[in-house]
Amino acid sequence: MLRRFKTDLHVHTCLSPCAEVRMSPARIVTWAKARGIDVLGITDHNSAENIPAALESARRLGLQVLPGMEVTSVEEVHIVALFDTGEAAEQLQQIVYAHLPGENDEETFGMQVVANADDEVLGFNQHLLIGATTLSVHAIVSEIKRLGGLAVAAHIDRPSFSLLGQLGFLPDDLPLDALEISSAVSYEDAMRRYEPTLPLLQVSDAHKEEDIGHSCTEFLMETVSIDEMKKALQGRDGRAILR
Amino acid sequence: MTLKEVVERLGLRVFTSQGVGDVVVTGGYTCDLLSDVMGNAVAGNLWITMQTHQNVLAVAKLKDLAGIILVCGREPDQDVLRKADDEDVLMLGTDESAFRISGRLFALLEKS
Repeated sequence: MLRRFKTDLHVHTCLSPCAEVRMSPARIVTWAKARGIDVLGITDHNSAENIPAALESARRLGLQVLPGMEVTSVEEVHIVALFDTGEAAEQLQQIVYAHLPGENDEETFGMQVVANADDEVLGFNQHLLIGATTLSVHAIVSEIKRLGGLAVAAHIDRPSFSLLGQLGFLPDDLPLDALEISSAVSYEDAMRRYEPTLPLLQVSDAHKEEDIGHSCTEFLMETVSIDEMKKALQGRDGRAILR
Repeated sequence: MTLKEVVERLGLRVFTSQGVGDVVVTGGYTCDLLSDVMGNAVAGNLWITMQTHQNVLAVAKLKDLAGIILVCGREPDQDVLRKADDEDVLMLGTDESAFRISGRLFALLEKS
């Protein structure tokens, strides 16, 4: 049976140096639940190390977390990946780490906290997560696809780190599933401004508590899976995005 | 100053195979954000960038730029090079930074 799922598919945890330290996976899931969100995409910069805690917290509270990552390409374009399993996100993480130079400087960029579902600090990630990988957008999207994930161009309405900002226009041979817009632009305005050839996703890109769920996309589908979400994005088999 | 003279005077590498023409270089534009280049570069400009994504070709064509100078020793990959040849977009290169090559191009064009 088809039902509605309220999703926020781009949320950062305290692992992202630019996110608030109190954005622990357990707290994010709790806040999301209180705001009526059914599906949460956890997408830290170039790392998936808080995914296990987010998945466990979600299991305890009866909410769905999609393991993901926001990968920075060599062109400095942000691509969001979402997966069915933590293992797939971990595999992407291995590829990303192998192509991510540099070490974090906490004073300059912020802490990169790895936590567990009981809100305890497990450690601090040392990679330069704020930096760019040496992978092209095409290579990143192709790895996401190989791992069975959903590949989304992040916040296309922003001038920085977006596909349209960095590369001017959507390369026609890039097999993306969707384009994200931030809460700074309405769906109607984005449709007019970009005349997108791909479906739009409204996400919060939350880095702090109050932004979680600030911009959401409602899916009509049977269950929560990448396959069902692809169907909804393409409007197949009765699945749909509700505007 | 013609493209040919600029390439010689700055010691630029020529990646593409179509040859360097005698068109007049109208100026330069230095930026890695393609959206900005699309908005602000002027026809006949030499575009100085480290961006090697294939979209640079479409932008250069769209804006009718004299050519692209890749900086810091960056080179286009084979696919991009093939496309540049097909679409007749001149791709040049230098080991120098964007700052240095921009300065040298500016001085050269000011004098001419």
